[in-house]
Amino acid sequence: MAVERLFKDEATEEKGDRARMASFVGAMAIADLVKTTLGPKGMDKILQSTGRGRTVTVTNDGATILKSLHIDNPAAKVLIDISKVQDDEVGDGTTSVVVLAGELLREAEKLVNQKIHPMTIIAGYRMAAECARNALLLKAKDNKEDSEKFRSDLMKIAMTTLSSKILSQDKEHFAKLAVNAVLRLKGSTNLESIQIIKKAGGSLIDSFLDEGFILDKKIGIGQPKRIENAKILVANTAMDTDKVKIYGARVRVDSMAKVAEIEVAEKEKMREKVQKIIAHGINCFVNRQLIYNFPEELFADAGVLAIEHADFDGIERLALVTGGDIASTFDNPESVKLGHCKLIEEIMIGEDKLIHFSGVEMGQACTIVLRGASSHVLDEAERSLHDALCVLSQTVNDSRVLLGGGWPEMIMSKEVDELARKTPGKKSHAIEAFSRALQAIPTIIADNAGLDSAELISQLRAEHHKDTSNCGIDVISGGVGDMEKLGISEAFKVKQAVLLSATEAAEMILRVDEIITCAPRRREDRM
Amino acid sequence: MALAFDEYGRPFIIIKEQEQKSRLRGLDAQKANISAGKAVARILRTSLGPKGMDKMLQSPDGDVVITNDGATILEQMDVDNQIAKLMVELSRSQDYEIGDGTTGVVVLAGALLEQAEKLLERGIHPIRIAEGYEMASRLAVEHLEHISQKFEFNATDIEPLVQTCMTTLSSKIVNRCKRALAEIAVKAVLAVADLERKDVNLELIKVEGKVGGKLEDTELVYGIVVDKDMSHPQMPKRIEDAKIAILTCPFEPPKPKTKHKIDIDTVEKFQTLRQQEQKYFDDMVQKCKDVGATLVICQWGFDDEANHLLMHRNLPAVRWVGGVELELIAIATGGRIVPRFQELTAEKLGKSGLVREKSFGTTKDRMLYIEHCANSRAVTIFIRGGNKMMIEETKRSLHDALCVARNLIRNNSIVYGGGSAEISCSIAVEAAADKFPGVEQYAIRSFAEALDSVPMALSENSGLPPIDTLTAVKSQQIKENNPYCGIDCNDIGTNDMREQNVFETLIGKQQQILLATQVVKMILKIDDVITPNNY
Repeated sequence: MAVERLFKDEATEEKGDRARMASFVGAMAIADLVKTTLGPKGMDKILQSTGRGRTVTVTNDGATILKSLHIDNPAAKVLIDISKVQDDEVGDGTTSVVVLAGELLREAEKLVNQKIHPMTIIAGYRMAAECARNALLLKAKDNKEDSEKFRSDLMKIAMTTLSSKILSQDKEHFAKLAVNAVLRLKGSTNLESIQIIKKAGGSLIDSFLDEGFILDKKIGIGQPKRIENAKILVANTAMDTDKVKIYGARVRVDSMAKVAEIEVAEKEKMREKVQKIIAHGINCFVNRQLIYNFPEELFADAGVLAIEHADFDGIERLALVTGGDIASTFDNPESVKLGHCKLIEEIMIGEDKLIHFSGVEMGQACTIVLRGASSHVLDEAERSLHDALCVLSQTVNDSRVLLGGGWPEMIMSKEVDELARKTPGKKSHAIEAFSRALQAIPTIIADNAGLDSAELISQLRAEHHKDTSNCGIDVISGGVGDMEKLGISEAFKVKQAVLLSATEAAEMILRVDEIITCAPRRREDRM
Repeated sequence: MALAFDEYGRPFIIIKEQEQKSRLRGLDAQKANISAGKAVARILRTSLGPKGMDKMLQSPDGDVVITNDGATILEQMDVDNQIAKLMVELSRSQDYEIGDGTTGVVVLAGALLEQAEKLLERGIHPIRIAEGYEMASRLAVEHLEHISQKFEFNATDIEPLVQTCMTTLSSKIVNRCKRALAEIAVKAVLAVADLERKDVNLELIKVEGKVGGKLEDTELVYGIVVDKDMSHPQMPKRIEDAKIAILTCPFEPPKPKTKHKIDIDTVEKFQTLRQQEQKYFDDMVQKCKDVGATLVICQWGFDDEANHLLMHRNLPAVRWVGGVELELIAIATGGRIVPRFQELTAEKLGKSGLVREKSFGTTKDRMLYIEHCANSRAVTIFIRGGNKMMIEETKRSLHDALCVARNLIRNNSIVYGGGSAEISCSIAVEAAADKFPGVEQYAIRSFAEALDSVPMALSENSGLPPIDTLTAVKSQQIKENNPYCGIDCNDIGTNDMREQNVFETLIGKQQQILLATQVVKMILKIDDVITPNNY
C-alpha cells in the first residue's frame, strides 16, 4: 500500500539519477551562461532589473552577473555562492571559478554515465586538486625582495586583470593608477581608504589618481572657497535642532510669548554650540549630519568653512586621512585631535564642484576619479578597477605570482595527468577527467577570442611537455606565445582559490543523491 | 463508518463533521503508518556510513542546505504525514540526547517497521509484536554492554578520543580533513570539560563560521570570537590586558518604566534639562572609567555623544553584542554582567589577556577576538570554508563530533562501528529468540533481522554486494567468536574494526536501539487514523 502523501502540498522530491541530472544540468547552465565572458576577448552581458525603473547594467564581471540572477535550481545556487565568496575573498576570478566547477561537473557527468560511483569520482578529484595545488606551489615565483621587480609584477597582474574588462583600451593607464593606489596602502588590505569617485563626462583616459582627498560636496554660501593650512574638525553631531534626549520630555506652553522665549533659548543653545566648535580654533568644520541655515550662517560669520551631510564613509575616510578625531561633544577643545591639511579648495571636475583636500598628513588614502561617457561605463569601470585593486592588495600580502593566459591550467593539467597514470583503480578516470576540466579553461579563452581552440590547445600541450615552458595563449596574435615576454601574470592566491573552491563546490554537488524542495512560502499579495 | 446507534436504533454521530474526515482503521491503518515510516527511512538510508550521499534541501524561502546529517534532513523536510512527523521527532530526540547517530536510528526504525509488516500479514497481533520487540531490545542493549570496552584516556592522551571523533566525521563532507577537525573538537571539549564530574557543558563552545579561505584554516580559539567591531572607527584595534565591563544597559538617558511627562514651559527648565542630559552621558562614561575598565561591551546601542565621549576618554567599546555572546564573554573573562551603571564595581570586570580586531578578505568584515581570558573555559571554533553551505555543514558535523567527545567523557565505554555491533547483537538476539515460547519468538527473530539492515545499508552505500558481505561477516563473527568484525566500507582490506579504529559510543548505540524500538511500538499500537479531509 503506497503512502499517498509524505510531504506537504507542492513540495517535491527528486531521487537518485534524476536528482543528479537536475543538479548537473543546473550547474552547467550557470557555467555556460558566464562562459562567454571569460578571457580578454570575452563578451559583456546586459542585465535589466525587474524593479522600478528597469535599470540596466552592462558588465562582464562574473560575480555581478550571477548576483543579479534569480535562480530556482539549488545546484546553481551553490555555484553562485562560490562566485560571491571568491569576490569577497580575492576579488577576481569570479568567472573562472564558476566555469571550472561547471567543467568538473560536466566531466563527472560523463563518468557517472559510465557507472562510476560519485564517491570514487570525489576521491579522484581530491587527489587531483591536491596535486594541482602542489604543482602551482612549485611554479609560483616570489619577487617580494626585489621591489623593482615586484612593482613590475604588480603592473603585469593589474594589466592582465584589466585586459578582460571594459578598461582594456587604457589598461596601462589604469594599471598604473591601481598599482600606485595599492602601494600607498603599505600592505593593508583595507580598500576603504581608496575612494573612487565617478563623474560622467570626458573619456576614460581622463581618469586620474589624486593624492589628497576629494569630497563630493559643495561649500556653503558666503564661506571661504580656499583655505591654506586648514585645521579641520570632523564631527558627527546634530546641527539642526538639538533634540532633548531625556525620555518623555515635551514642550508645553500657554502663551505665544513663551513660545518665542523658548525659541530664543533654542537659538541660544545652538549659538553656544557653534561657539564651542569655533573655540577649537578651526577653520573647517565637517559634519556627518545636516547643518541648518542658522548655524551655517554663524560659521560663515566666523570665517569657518562648514561642510554638511558628508556621508558616513566620507567622514571616516576624512578622519583617517587628516588624522583627526570624529567628535560629538565639544566641551574640551584642548583634547580633541584636529585634522590638518595644507590646502582646501573647490575644484571643478566636468560640471560639478568638489572639495579637494590636499597635503594631508596620512599618505595612505587617495582618491581615484573616474571619468567616462555614461553612467554604465562608469559603473563597469568601477567594478573592473575594484577587481584590480582587490587582486593587487591581496598580492601585496601574498606576493607569489604565476603566469597567465592558460599557463597555470596547462601546468596543473600536465601534473594531474601524470598522477592519473600512476594511480591504480577507477580513481584514475576521475583524475584524468580533472585534467580535462582544467584544459577547458584555455579552450574557452581561445574560443571566446574566435581562435581555433583544438589546434591551439594541442600545440600548447606539446610545448608544455618540455620541462620549463612559459607558453600560454596569446589572444592578440592568435597563437601560442611566451607569457613571460608578453607580461601576462596572475596572482597565485587567486588561482589557488579558484582551484580549491571549484573542487569543493563540485564535490558538494556530486555528493547529492536526493533533492527535496519545500513548497515555496506563500506571500500575501499586497497589490 | 463512524456511526453508532443508540438503544432505539437511531444513528448518532460520534465525530464532529464526520463526512469531512477520512478515516483508516485496523490493519489498513497500521499498514499505512508502516509504509509512511518506511518511506522516511528510505530517504535517509543512502546517507548512512562513510560513503553515504548527501541530500540537497531547498527551504520555502529558496535557501539551499546540503547535508547528510539525518536530524537536519528530517527537520528541513516539509513533512505532512503524521507518522513521518513521529520519525522526525525520533531523530530529533536522538540528536538532543546523543548528538550523533541520527541517521542510524531512523534506518533502524524503518527496518523494524518493515519486519513488523511481515508479521502483521501472518496475523500476529500488533501488541504481541511490540512486546517481542521490547524484549529483544532489552537483550540487544545488554549484549552491547557485554561487548563494549572501556577505554582509557586522560587530558594528555587524547588519541582515543580523536579516533572516535574521526569515525563520526568520516561520513561527512568534511572527511578531507577529519583528522584536524577531530583534534579541534576534542581539544575544545577537553577545554570546557569538568573531568571530575564527568560533565561537559557544550554551550561553552561557540561555533562561528565565516566564508572564505579553506577548510584547513579552521581553528580553535581559546577565547571568544564575536562578529562585531568597535563602535567608533578610531578606537584602538588591539588591547592588551583588557579589563572588560559587560553592560546590559544602553548609553542613553534612562527610560523609567512608569509613564511620565516632563513639561517644559519656561526657559530655565529648558536649560536645566539640557545640562542634566549632558551630565548623564558624562556620568555614565566616567563610571566605567572610574572602576578601571579598558573595554566596554554593551548589549545595546550608544548615542552619538556617548560614543564620542567613550572615544575621547580612550575607552574602546563594542555595541549590539547579543545576549548569548554576552554570557559567554562573561563566563570566559570571569566578569559579571552589569545591568546598571550604578552597580559597576572593579570586581565585576572581566579580564582578558588580549582583545584584537581582525579583518577578512576584501570586504570590510571584521571580527573581534577576545583571547587569553581569565577563565579559559569558554572556547570558540572558528570555521572557514569555500561557501556558505560548506560552513553550515561543517558546523553540523562538528556539533556531532563534539557530542561524541562529550559522551565519551561522560561514559568511556565504546563499541566498535562499521556495523559490527549491530551484527553481533543480531546474532545474540537470534540465539536468544529460541528460548522464548509463544508468538514473541517470531517478533524477537524479526528484530534480529531488522538489526541486520544497518550493516546491509552500509555495504550497499559502499558499493559492496550487500547480502554476500553481510553473510560473510556474520559467519566470520560466529566462527571466530569475534564481535568486532564489521563492514569494510573504505576498502582497507580488513574486517576487524579494532584495526580500522572505528569506534562508536556505547550510550549512542544503546540509545539508538531503545529509541527506535519505542517509536515502532508506538506506531504499531495505532489502529485508527482520523484526518480532516482537505481542510
